[in-house]
Amino acid sequence: MLRYALKRGLSLAVSLVVASLVIFFVIEVAPGDPASFMLGLNAEPDTVAALRSELGLDQSKLARYLSWVSGMVTGDFGMSYTYRTPVAGMISDRLWVSLPLALYALALSTLIAFPAGIYAAARRGKPGDMAVMGATQLGVAVPNFWFAMILVLIFAINLRWFGAGGFAGWDKGFDTAMHSLTLPAIALALPQAAILARVMRSALLDILGEDFMRTARAKGLSRRQALWRHGLRNALIPVLTIIGLQFSFLLAGAIIIEQVFFLPGLGRLVFQAISSRDLIVVESVVMILVFAVITVNFLVDLAYALVDPRLRSRT
Amino acid sequence: MSLLQISNLCLWIGSHEILKDINLEVAPGEIVAVTGESGSGKSMSAFSVMGLLPDSAVATGQITLEGQDLLTLTETQMCGLRGRDIGMVFQEPMSALNPVKTIGDQVMETILIHKALPPDLARKRARELLDRVGLPADRFPLSRYPHELSGGQRQRVVIAMAIALRPKLLIADEPTTALDVTTQAQILALLRDLVQEYDMGLMIITHDLAVVADLADRIVVMRHGVVVEAGSTQGLLANMQHPYTRMLFAASNHQVTLPSAPPASPLLEVKGAVRDYALPRKSLFARPGHFRAVKQVSFTLNRGERLGLVGESGCGKSTLTRAILGLEPLQGGNITLDGIPITTEPNPEIRRRMQVVFQDPFGSFNPRHRVDRLVSEPFHTLPNPPRGRDRTELIAETLRAVGLRPEDAQKYIHQFSGGQRQRIAIARALITRPELILFDEAVSALDVSVRAQILDLLAELCEAYQLTYLFISHDLSVVRTITDRCLVMQKGEIVEAGPTEQIFGTPQHPYTRSLISAAPVLPEIDLGAA
Repeated sequence: MLRYALKRGLSLAVSLVVASLVIFFVIEVAPGDPASFMLGLNAEPDTVAALRSELGLDQSKLARYLSWVSGMVTGDFGMSYTYRTPVAGMISDRLWVSLPLALYALALSTLIAFPAGIYAAARRGKPGDMAVMGATQLGVAVPNFWFAMILVLIFAINLRWFGAGGFAGWDKGFDTAMHSLTLPAIALALPQAAILARVMRSALLDILGEDFMRTARAKGLSRRQALWRHGLRNALIPVLTIIGLQFSFLLAGAIIIEQVFFLPGLGRLVFQAISSRDLIVVESVVMILVFAVITVNFLVDLAYALVDPRLRSRT
Repeated sequence: MSLLQISNLCLWIGSHEILKDINLEVAPGEIVAVTGESGSGKSMSAFSVMGLLPDSAVATGQITLEGQDLLTLTETQMCGLRGRDIGMVFQEPMSALNPVKTIGDQVMETILIHKALPPDLARKRARELLDRVGLPADRFPLSRYPHELSGGQRQRVVIAMAIALRPKLLIADEPTTALDVTTQAQILALLRDLVQEYDMGLMIITHDLAVVADLADRIVVMRHGVVVEAGSTQGLLANMQHPYTRMLFAASNHQVTLPSAPPASPLLEVKGAVRDYALPRKSLFARPGHFRAVKQVSFTLNRGERLGLVGESGCGKSTLTRAILGLEPLQGGNITLDGIPITTEPNPEIRRRMQVVFQDPFGSFNPRHRVDRLVSEPFHTLPNPPRGRDRTELIAETLRAVGLRPEDAQKYIHQFSGGQRQRIAIARALITRPELILFDEAVSALDVSVRAQILDLLAELCEAYQLTYLFISHDLSVVRTITDRCLVMQKGEIVEAGPTEQIFGTPQHPYTRSLISAAPVLPEIDLGAA
């Protein structure tokens, strides 16, 4: 198990290095010079050159890559080209919105999907199953921004249980902050829950047809006991894979929901940075997201090994 | 009073009548074998007793266990009975255990689910059970996982689970079909001992008549959901009443007469063949190890000769077969067909002269192609494949040669039975008139009566086409009748080679002897009577 974890950890490190190289050089070859963009069309060439040297753009690519990477390791992400403030601060402010939002949505989605999927699998072909499958079909089909607007209409405008948008900030207390994240989290979670419930159901149904489920029944377990004791853990592998993918999506892909709810999250930051050629911010945000995704994959790999002993010994 | 009594059991699944008026009984300490070919309803009889039928099944009649009618019990009552009063052992030990739970937990579960013992005593009892079925504590601690055990060892765990609460009745559904002969002998001996020790009734379901004759006190022969004959083993073997029973026994011991082989002239030559598989690295910087599946194997197959290759699973016979077919590279030695070296590079010349018939008659065909296209697939190896009328005629002739009709060319593969599919596979192998055919477990998945027909077909084809073949099988009785010469393979090496009758009559190598003695043998039966 330890060797397995070490191996996965090493592959995580290699992935990060490769990702940083790819991000840096892809963004370098993107057209547009940040210095001339910042100074406008009518800037004098020597002003642009001065700004370029101030920003470090006149150094060699390798030197800039190394200083970017070594800076990141020590928490120095450089200065934003547009806002002239440290990138690290900008990102960490936004991360404190996006990360809790993603985790909140993921928790909701899992809490909804597991019972729904298990319920549907245990009642395959019966009305309960059809109801769950119909609901998930709807959940997959409805776009989340539309769903978000409906939520605002009902719970913010009519019932006034929640604010229509904006983020209260963590300094107002955990409850208040979570309260303002609730509607966005629900809007993000429901479509994901619908997908996850379907995956859970089909994974369980596959397992229910396995020989060892029949063995369990021959021992005297009822259908329900067999499902819980022998089915669930075996069905977790595909479910974990989807949860890992969903977390990555929720962290980086919440941009539309952030717009609907006026949330200062990473999605909005990266969108603004791209529009204003703030390359250093784009690079750093993308790197942070890649780091998060690779870390989540690492955790999912560890979870696989916890669930399935065959993976532990296959190192 | 008998322990289990099945009276007038009828079973319907939808509109299909699966079982018709089944009557069967098992006494305490008695071994009753239910036998028959696939589709005879023998497994469904077992599942009826367990109450583990598909949802759409409707059973009528009576199944009584010690006087209690099981068909009238509720599902909850049946849950209390399964595992406690009736234990069951299944066919596929590789998939019958939950892969993510330890063997200890799985054996304990039978005890805990029926609240027979508190957990600490249940753990102790699980240990005793595993010891009893031949899995000692030093090599098989309770913390082992199923994937760390072999098929035979897993089947022992399944047996331990089934007997944990000393059930009155044990049902074993083809318990040794997926196992090698030596493992099969051990598992059957274990079951026999347990029946005596616990005074259990054992209902064993098997298609293997040699196992039946060897083990059972009484035999029940089924066909198409009907019991055609039942009686004590001695009585039934001595005096079979029903023609189907006689046919089954005759087919199980089917002998064919091969034409004599022409004088030796080498066709396939294997010299010092070595095949290694890479193993995962032990640590990051260590060189990956390897497992040598085939170790310096050499043999010659002469033109017109029928050569057998026997050995247990994992002995390397499939690997060697794939290497001969040029599907896998060798790490040493060489293989030549009539002087042409065989490599993994596709060579139409080699493929035209050497064809193969696989075990699974359904899985080896594309279900969306018609038979004429399936059978003529090897044409692409010919420089000038026949077209138009010539093609149709060649396909028709080949189908006739394997006992099918030319009209069958327009059908799809799902429209044929297992035996017919294997005939089509042979037709496909035969159509380019290859000099060598490899039969890889080609009759292992077939029922005995069908198997007998295919063996007859092979003998006829030997006569008509002077076939040369390599017949790879784990089934010794088949190899004995269908080959002239035989190779015995163990752990990647050929340990014995010689004329088939000599190998089976006077085996020299200890491994060959253990193989032959482990295989159950049908007693000599006078089938000429009546």
